[in-house]
Amino acid sequence: MNIETHPADALLALAQDTKADGWRLGQVCATTIGDSVEMLYTFEKNNELKSYKFMLNAEAPELQSVTATYPYAFIYENEIHDLFGVKFKNLAVDYEGTFFRIAEKTPWNPSAAKGGEN
Amino acid sequence: MGKSTIIPFGPQHPVLPEPIHLDLVLEDEKVVEAIPQIGYVHRGLEKLVEKKEWPEMVFVIERVCGICSFGHGWGYCMSVEGNLGVEVPPRAQYLRTIWHELSRIQSHLLWLGLIADAFGFESLFMHSWRLRETAVEIFEDTTGARTTFSVCKVGGLRRDIENEKLAEIVKKLRDKEAELRELTSVFLDDNSVKKRLVGIGALTKEDVIELGAVGPVARASGVSNDVRLDGHGVYNELGFEPCVEEEGDSYARCKVRVREIFQSIDLIERAVAAIPDGDIAIEIKGVHPAGEFLARLEQPRGEAYYYTKGSGEKFLERVRVRTPSNANVPALVKMLQGCDLADVPILTLTIDPCISCVER
Repeated sequence: MNIETHPADALLALAQDTKADGWRLGQVCATTIGDSVEMLYTFEKNNELKSYKFMLNAEAPELQSVTATYPYAFIYENEIHDLFGVKFKNLAVDYEGTFFRIAEKTPWNPSAAKGGEN
Repeated sequence: MGKSTIIPFGPQHPVLPEPIHLDLVLEDEKVVEAIPQIGYVHRGLEKLVEKKEWPEMVFVIERVCGICSFGHGWGYCMSVEGNLGVEVPPRAQYLRTIWHELSRIQSHLLWLGLIADAFGFESLFMHSWRLRETAVEIFEDTTGARTTFSVCKVGGLRRDIENEKLAEIVKKLRDKEAELRELTSVFLDDNSVKKRLVGIGALTKEDVIELGAVGPVARASGVSNDVRLDGHGVYNELGFEPCVEEEGDSYARCKVRVREIFQSIDLIERAVAAIPDGDIAIEIKGVHPAGEFLARLEQPRGEAYYYTKGSGEKFLERVRVRTPSNANVPALVKMLQGCDLADVPILTLTIDPCISCVER
C-alpha cells in the first residue's frame, strides 16, 4: 500500500494539492489503536491509489474537514464523527451526531465519549 | 415563486423497501433542496471484527448486502490475501470472476424490475424478475444458495464448478439472450418508459467528478470509472472495456446497466473458454495478517473499497467497507435539485441505492 504519514495539521493543504492534481477522494477510514485514532484518507487517479495517514489523540480527536475541497466527504466525516467521536472543524454538512441512530455514543472510541466533547 | 413546503420522503415509502429518508424542500411541485437522512438501521457489522476471527469474518462481510453479497466476500478476501501476501490459484480467480459477473446480471435485472415498478409498468417488473431467476438458479445450482452463497474464502474458494457445468451455464445464459433483448428493448425504446427517463436528473461529467459518483451513475455521464480496468480477478485476460454513455440522465443510467448485462454474459463466456484446470484454493495455516491492505473491486453499483488491518493476531484490528451507495448519495442530492416531485422516486432509484450497504 502506498501510505504516507503526516501531522494532522497538514491534511487540508495535502487535500487541496491532491485535488488540484486531479485525484478523487476514494474513502476515509478511522481506526482506534490504543490511545490514538488513526485516520486514513485514500485518493484515486487513473486506477492508482495513494493514502495519507494522520494520528489523533483518542480522548479529544479533532481534524479539519476536507469538505471545502471534496464536498462529498461529508458522508465519511459524519459517519466517523458518530462512530469514533472525531470532531471535524468547518464540516460543510454537519449532522451534529445524528447521522446514525445508535444507542451508544462513539462506540468505536469510548474514550472520546468520556471526554464529553462530542 | 410558490410557497416553500417541506415534504418527508421515506423512511417508509412504497417505491423503496429500504429506509432512506429525504426532507424535500418544495416550491410548488419543484424540489429546490433535498436533505438526506440515513441511520435508521445501522448494524455495526464492521465492529464484529472484535469477535470473529479473520477467516470467519468473510461470512459477516458477505451479509453487508444480499444483492452484492458475493462481491463483498471477494473484496474482503482480496484485502486479507493482500495483507498476507498470498496468491490465489488461477482457476479460483476465473471462478470468482464468473460468479461476480453473474451477480452483476442478477443485480441489474433486479434494478430493472424495481425501476419498472416505480414507473408503474408492472408486467415489465415481473418479466425482469422472471429473467433474473436465470442467474439466481445458477447460484442455487452451483452453490446450494440463491443470494448469500459463501463460496469465497481467504486463499481461494470453497467450491469448484465442473467444466461441463460451466458450459451449461453459458448455454443457459445464451438461451435467455433473445428474451433479454426483447425485455431490455422495452426499457430503451418504449415511449412511455422514455418519457419517465429521458432528460430526467441529468448530471454532467463535471458534476459526477465533483460529486465523487461511481459505477453506472458515473459511467452514464461519460466518466470511464470502472475498477475492472485495474485487472483484479481475470478482467485483464478477458479484454474488458467499460460501458460508457454521455447523456448523464436517468435513461443513460438505465442504458449502461442494460449494456452491462450483455457484457457480463460475454465476459462469462470468455472466462469459461479460458479457465484453466487446477486447484481452487491454497492452504493458509499458522499465520495471521500483520499489516494493512486496501483492496477495490467493481460491484454492480460501482466501486467498493475493502480495508483490513491486522497485528498478527487472529482478530483483525479493523475491517472497513466503503460501498458504492455511500459514494452516490451526494450525486442523488444534486440530481434531485430542480426536479419535479413526481420524479423523486425514479431519481432515487437511478443511483440503485442500497441502504443496507450504507449502514453496514
